[in-house]
Amino acid sequence: MQYNIQELLIATIADLIKPSNTIAVGVLSPIPGSAALLSDYQAKEKKKLYILGSDNPDFRPDHGVEIFDLAGQGRIDTFFLSGGQIDGSANINLTGVGPYPTQHTRWSGSFGSAYLYFLVPKVILFRERHTRQTLVDSVDFISSPGSSPNQVYRPGGPSHLVTNLCVFDFNKDKNHFSLKTIHPGHTLEEVLDNTAFDFEHHPKPEITKFPTPSMLTLLREEVSSKIREIYPNFAAKVWP
Amino acid sequence: MKLFTCQELAKKIPCNVKIAIFKDSSVPVELGLNIIDSGINNIELVTVPTGGLLIDMFIGAGCVKTLETSGVSLGEIGPAPRFTEAIKSGSIEIKDSTCPAIYAGLQAAEKGNPFMPLRGLLGSDILRYRSDIKVIDNPFNPDEQIVCLPAIKPDFSIFHAPLADRQGNIYLGRQQELKLLAHASRQTLVTVEKITDIDLLGDPKTAPATLPAFYVAGVAIAVGGAQPLNLPNSYDTDYETIRSYAKAAKSQEGFCDWINRRLALCKTAA
Repeated sequence: MQYNIQELLIATIADLIKPSNTIAVGVLSPIPGSAALLSDYQAKEKKKLYILGSDNPDFRPDHGVEIFDLAGQGRIDTFFLSGGQIDGSANINLTGVGPYPTQHTRWSGSFGSAYLYFLVPKVILFRERHTRQTLVDSVDFISSPGSSPNQVYRPGGPSHLVTNLCVFDFNKDKNHFSLKTIHPGHTLEEVLDNTAFDFEHHPKPEITKFPTPSMLTLLREEVSSKIREIYPNFAAKVWP
Repeated sequence: MKLFTCQELAKKIPCNVKIAIFKDSSVPVELGLNIIDSGINNIELVTVPTGGLLIDMFIGAGCVKTLETSGVSLGEIGPAPRFTEAIKSGSIEIKDSTCPAIYAGLQAAEKGNPFMPLRGLLGSDILRYRSDIKVIDNPFNPDEQIVCLPAIKPDFSIFHAPLADRQGNIYLGRQQELKLLAHASRQTLVTVEKITDIDLLGDPKTAPATLPAFYVAGVAIAVGGAQPLNLPNSYDTDYETIRSYAKAAKSQEGFCDWINRRLALCKTAA
């Protein structure tokens, strides 16, 4: 079956969160939101999903504070974060580029990242545009750090980084990324050329799995209508 | 309960005050336009915990001195243009935060406490640039550090809700965070779609979702008062209008034209 890049990314993330049971999805996150829904449709036991921005009672917490309380208690196992910049130590920058505070490029802000990144055990980093400007050697502003010293309570942190080119694993002990798979149609050279940080890789990396026909059917017939309630513009673009 | 007009409610807010505004659904856009029209400036704005269209409008209109926020954007439509420009030019002071830190500050104020401890934030540049946020050793575990957020005590919180009753109790629907906002603020000003004859606190079905009049300093009717943003179960987001704003507000002139047209509409309707 034919598929588009968004469907590949959704299916890839859905695979990564197969073992997850309680999944929260932040604002401005249509692809992680779709992946969370898809992983729930595929699971034998129903998962608990919190999708911020949703008015659907199935996916919304009691109130906005609750998601942070749940994370603080360790009751959310999986979350997603992005970054205008992400560096090789998994520090993320959602704030802006240039000397702070009068940054020449200013993004929206850190949202819940400076908290949830510390507390949710499995945080999947996600960036649709894989370039040397987005995957940098060192971020201009640390909205939230990728790791913390011992005196910081930190059960959470990065597990993977998914981009439009590939999937990285994050190695917590070595504090850096290693290449896991490359998406079909892309090459190691392309990944190396477009990544400003150093990462480990096999000389012949594996290829990311294609979305299966059953995944694509679920996405188009079930997930698309649910995600359309929250992200109508995204849904119209991906499933016209 | 005395019912105010939207203009009267707006005039209750003087210059040099701290105002807290909840994020999407419940945003008092019409009241906000009236506040802009009243010409106030030098306000400290707190977004709870993030902001969008109305925050961008306040910034574009030159009302804002300081902005404490976890993020400002127009959601799926894109960046908030006047916010972005104000940061670049340094025309507002920015206090970058993270969502639970803003809630924690309000929770401290709600309890009358000076601060609230919170996990996270350590090692971030948010903490580095916020001299008002402190780090202490956990008194129960000295090997561990923890962040303390100062209480956020807004002079005013403003929001839009579906319903008020004759006593001035406000039906919030699912937007339970608005209780925290009202509890923490000295005065809460509310616009509603309509007034009901039901006693909202008397009915066990509505009581848990109702903010008691005790916290409410003024109510006005504003039909469609959150538009072009949504009000759950009443109306959806008008993306066309928000797109037109995003386009116009790329320049200060375009922003002024847009806002003046909207104000004129607002006055015709009143």
